Amino acid sequence: MHNFLFGIYPYIALSVLIIGSIARYERDPFTWKTSSSQLLRRRQLMMGSVLFHVGVLVIFFGHLIGLLTPIWIFDALGISHGAKQTLAVVAGGIAGVMALIGGLMLFHRRMTDPRIRKTSSFADIGILALLLAQLVLGIGTIFVSLEHLDGHEMTKFMSWAQGIFTFQSDAASHIADVAWIFKLHLVLGLTIFLVFPFTRLVHMLSVPVRYFMRPGYQIVRSRRTKPLSHR
Amino acid sequence: MRVRAQIGMVLNLDKCIGCHTCSVTCKNVWTSRDGVEYAWFNNVETKPGTGYPTDWENQNRWNGGWERTKSGKLQPKQGSKWRILANIFANPDLPEIDDYYEPFDFDYDHLKSAPEMKAFPTARPRSRISGERMEKIEKGPNWEEILGGEFSKRSEDYNFEGIQKDIYGEYENTFMMYLPRLCEHCLNPACAASCPSGAIYKREEDGIVLIDQEKCRGWRMCVSGCPYKKVYYNWSTGKSEKCTLCYPRIESGNPTVCSETCVGRIRYIGVMLYDADKIEAAANAEETTDLYDAQLGVFLDPKDPEVIAAARADGVPEDWIKAAQESPIWKMAMEWKVAFPLHPEYRTLPMVWYIPPLSPIQNAAEAGAIGMDGAMPDVRNLRIPLKYLANMLTAGDEEPVAHALERMLAMRAYMRSKTVEGVIDETVAKRVGLDGATIEDMYKIMALADYEDRFVIPTTHREQVEEAYDLRGGEGFTNCNGCSSGISQGSLFGGSKKPLKMPEEVR
Repeated sequence: MHNFLFGIYPYIALSVLIIGSIARYERDPFTWKTSSSQLLRRRQLMMGSVLFHVGVLVIFFGHLIGLLTPIWIFDALGISHGAKQTLAVVAGGIAGVMALIGGLMLFHRRMTDPRIRKTSSFADIGILALLLAQLVLGIGTIFVSLEHLDGHEMTKFMSWAQGIFTFQSDAASHIADVAWIFKLHLVLGLTIFLVFPFTRLVHMLSVPVRYFMRPGYQIVRSRRTKPLSHR
Repeated sequence: MRVRAQIGMVLNLDKCIGCHTCSVTCKNVWTSRDGVEYAWFNNVETKPGTGYPTDWENQNRWNGGWERTKSGKLQPKQGSKWRILANIFANPDLPEIDDYYEPFDFDYDHLKSAPEMKAFPTARPRSRISGERMEKIEKGPNWEEILGGEFSKRSEDYNFEGIQKDIYGEYENTFMMYLPRLCEHCLNPACAASCPSGAIYKREEDGIVLIDQEKCRGWRMCVSGCPYKKVYYNWSTGKSEKCTLCYPRIESGNPTVCSETCVGRIRYIGVMLYDADKIEAAANAEETTDLYDAQLGVFLDPKDPEVIAAARADGVPEDWIKAAQESPIWKMAMEWKVAFPLHPEYRTLPMVWYIPPLSPIQNAAEAGAIGMDGAMPDVRNLRIPLKYLANMLTAGDEEPVAHALERMLAMRAYMRSKTVEGVIDETVAKRVGLDGATIEDMYKIMALADYEDRFVIPTTHREQVEEAYDLRGGEGFTNCNGCSSGISQGSLFGGSKKPLKMPEEVR
């Protein structure tokens, strides 16, 4: 079971994430959207959405960099495991609480405001509930981490994550003896990857960075098959 | 010079009777769907009033349109690209649906299903969003119809800027006009500029501004970016929608639905040639009062041989050049100078223009003693204050509006003298800088307004660029997965991407 959840399930989740997202973008681009509900109700969204998004983004990139940067880079930079662990606890804790407060505001708004409740799909409510549960678990792991600030536990997760991405068959064994709350956090995280393409989360893949690269402001489209020779 | 063609529209407010046929036919065709019940691609407002959505003209509140920064740069009023993206999680300038109105329906079924009661059953309102009972309808798409509501609220109308407005609340001095509004299909659209996804584009061949529904991600910056508040967020599909200028009709040479059904014959559609290289400088004119003239400077004379040669070189089809030469828009905007852009100070270079309305002579009691300028009444004595019209049409510059109204009065005086008294009075024409023949042409187009004089629309030349066979069975705004083509060619694992060729971005 352990080997399935942490050795095989990650590949299933990531495969569905990648193939599902490509398929949706390719076959059903009309459904690719943020599903903003700000038009229907401004109250609670202004504060809630900013807190939630900023918090989640910090956490997301924190995990990405923290888990996938090879350990020797930290060693080469002279960052001790203990220092990294402390940084993760402090930054992750602050961002986690921000995201949790924002997320709860959004969840309250979504469940109690009749306009938003009525226009929410099962996936809209489900994914928000999943993310909130994941945030609670994530903040819960901090209390376990506080008991071993030397950072040794953390390197286990790094070895596991990097093992998965480098296709090592024994990746799951790195985290065989970690606390149950970490395991729950990991399984739920992988599940969020799994459902990602079927929810509104896909909008995070459309971060409009191209907006900056656009020369000027205006866009003109032409049906001309060949450009005009003198232009 | 980079010549492009633009379909433009002129609305003769002097003839608008406020019947809302344009709004209703447009609604039936385009926005009778979930998520856009509240959206009116075309609406008619009674002025003075705060309009729909409420207070839309107040850009201090909505930050729509463009601004010229202190350093002389042109940027969206809601901010530079950085500012716009910084607000992506929560857009502070976005109106709420209550700023338009909460769409509602009535419990009609109750009328026939109610049990036997002492009181007559009624159909009470219900929200179309939440389905909840609405005790009181607070707002509608035309809440101020025929000066509905108290003056103190209506007088928050932005066009009263710089006017002692209190006297217009008095019964004797009250005035009224209609303002039908639709997307302006601007030469410098602020909606397109604020779209982070790049989904909003202007078509090279006819200037129609459209939203690519598959590329729109619902970042909703266009809604706040448009100063006319004519981009609507569909809360059901999560995409923005706007007036399409009925492009399928325009492409086949037919007028838009709003124009076709206009019973007052107030709408004109025609082609204007413009110089795309001059857009930015024109939109960035230093003073807002210069913007009207600056926009006139962007248009190209379609009879000038140099322009014709350049237009041909830039691929403007021959029948489009011919249409531009016969364009009623050109005549009214450029030759007679009777039509004006709506709020040029937004710097979007709008392409739906308006002929200001004449109005009764101020204060009937003074009718014996009004200022007469020769045989014609002085336009400054008209009931609608000149400054009010100028605030709406020329960024506050009264001169061009007065000039247009004088010409319209002269047209009436000339034609009256011709048809009633049988006298051709060239002096009336001369006084406003016209001649008899021009006035008769004005009369033919503005007063008689025959169908073929109002609408000079060349058909599009899609046959040169795409296979019409691929387009059959399209569904327009609805979820269009796979409906663009009858043949299902898998594109996920190779094969041609799409049989329907979408227009491509050009500089």
